[in-house]
Amino acid sequence: MSWLDQWLADPEVVARVDRLELPFNQHGLDPYGIAKADLVRFLSALAWLYRSYFHVRAHGIENVPARGRAMLVGNHSGGVALDGAMVIASMLLEREPPRLAQGMAEKFINLVPFASEWSSRCGQFTGLPEHAARLLEDERLLMVFPEGARGTAKLYWQRRSLVHFGSGFLRLALATKTPIIPFAFLGGGEAIPTVLNLYKLAGLFGMPYLPVTPWIAPLPLPVRLDVYYGEPMIFEGSAREEDAVIERQVDEVKAKIAAMIAAHEEHR
Amino acid sequence: MKVLIPGITGRLARLVARKLLDGGHEVHGIDRRPWPDPPKGIEVVQVDIRKRAAEDVFRTLRPEAVIHMATVTHLTVRNEDRYRINLYGTRAVFDHCHHYGAKRCIFVGRHTYYGAAADSSLYHGEEDPPMAMTTFPELSDLVAADLYAGSALWRYPELDTCVLRLCYTLGPSLSGTLATFLRGRHVPTVLGFDPLYQFMHEEDAADAIAVALEKQLRGVYNVAGPQPMPLSMLIRQAGRTAVPVPELLLKLVFGRFGLPQLPPGAVAHLKYPVVVDDSSFRAKTGFQHRFDEDATIADFRRAAG
Repeated sequence: MSWLDQWLADPEVVARVDRLELPFNQHGLDPYGIAKADLVRFLSALAWLYRSYFHVRAHGIENVPARGRAMLVGNHSGGVALDGAMVIASMLLEREPPRLAQGMAEKFINLVPFASEWSSRCGQFTGLPEHAARLLEDERLLMVFPEGARGTAKLYWQRRSLVHFGSGFLRLALATKTPIIPFAFLGGGEAIPTVLNLYKLAGLFGMPYLPVTPWIAPLPLPVRLDVYYGEPMIFEGSAREEDAVIERQVDEVKAKIAAMIAAHEEHR
Repeated sequence: MKVLIPGITGRLARLVARKLLDGGHEVHGIDRRPWPDPPKGIEVVQVDIRKRAAEDVFRTLRPEAVIHMATVTHLTVRNEDRYRINLYGTRAVFDHCHHYGAKRCIFVGRHTYYGAAADSSLYHGEEDPPMAMTTFPELSDLVAADLYAGSALWRYPELDTCVLRLCYTLGPSLSGTLATFLRGRHVPTVLGFDPLYQFMHEEDAADAIAVALEKQLRGVYNVAGPQPMPLSMLIRQAGRTAVPVPELLLKLVFGRFGLPQLPPGAVAHLKYPVVVDDSSFRAKTGFQHRFDEDATIADFRRAAG
């Protein structure tokens, strides 16, 4: 580790990354290429955002299993993946023992220099069904936003709504017999109040869209963020059911998340 | 067992031949290239696998097993020639196996079959489609040879065909795609990308081929060694210096400034990983690699200086 890394590393993050129950080898690498050193860098920055900038509060964290496969399924909130980053931070900083939440990244990230390298080393792989299935079969903690890029593109006045949920996550949960932990993320829309999305300009860079805030850049305000983890939802099935059957189960998860948003938004 | 190895003078094939000889097998070889001093007991006929004289070897020898290692992988051979050698050669090997009563044939392929791309997954299973043709068109003949070899499973059902997709090999012979890439003091990388590289010691690779023969394996299998490591770490441990180059400039620096000459398609392999799941092979054969990643690189480094 360079002196700069040592200086920037959060001691608690270092200790918690050491306690991650992942099969790191003598080089601090797991079989997927997740690197301890990169996790410390990334999570030290997230820890500062989590504690000092946003003052994130995580509720119901005991609903996330300590070990074994599980799928965190939640709403997108905020014009960039702030929600995912804070969920990753909460799993490392507040879960006992700490766990690494592994998100399914947008495909364009792997095309971008440095972003590709960073996402690979931190376990945030491209959102492919093969990746998701393999990670779950390896008893990892998967983080899924079924709204996809449509969800992060929500405008400020749509921030408490949910857009269409894809059904892939539910078929995957059935196929791998994985419990779904629904979560509601609140405050992202206030932190990054998107007033406009630029689609054509973003397309030139291979991105799905570029969010614009009243201060142009999607730089977040230091508002309080809350993440509520609900009780595990377990669905039975073969994953080969007709779409109508799967859609009903997807709607159940969506309704649960919508109810959590509604219940807790009032108290904020 | 009487074993014939087309392509026996390749570095990996020589290791396989020696292991089989030590294991008590009768070993014969065919190759266009000479093997001036083969170990006592290994007979080599210098002939092109596509020629009639090669068929004579099958006819007179009647091998029980054939290990086909006569594919050309180095990209310096002109595309058209390579295509002919790899495809017509592979067809000849399987046809001769069928006509002259071989019981089993092992085709030694490459894991690069799966291709490297931004949207390809880590840990390819054997059922994954070959994407190398889109990302690295220069490899299309190897992909086609692999698929052609696999088709022998239904074309010649009496023949136990085994296709092995080996990850990169590395070791003191300094041969093979990865060793050639790491040969110079400076190794080009793509700025902002650091893919995982999966490699195994050449001794382990030879053991894996020998064990596939012993266990009479049939079907298509990925073969790998220790867990993969990022390219930057591999370069560092090999005692080389990584030269990160912006992608736009990369094609201009290949073959210049002491950097290796690489075809344009190779850029994808410097950006994205090709990593295979070898669990089926290990489960079927009980294979375990002997050299971890550090020992493998150390052996290469000692030999390469």
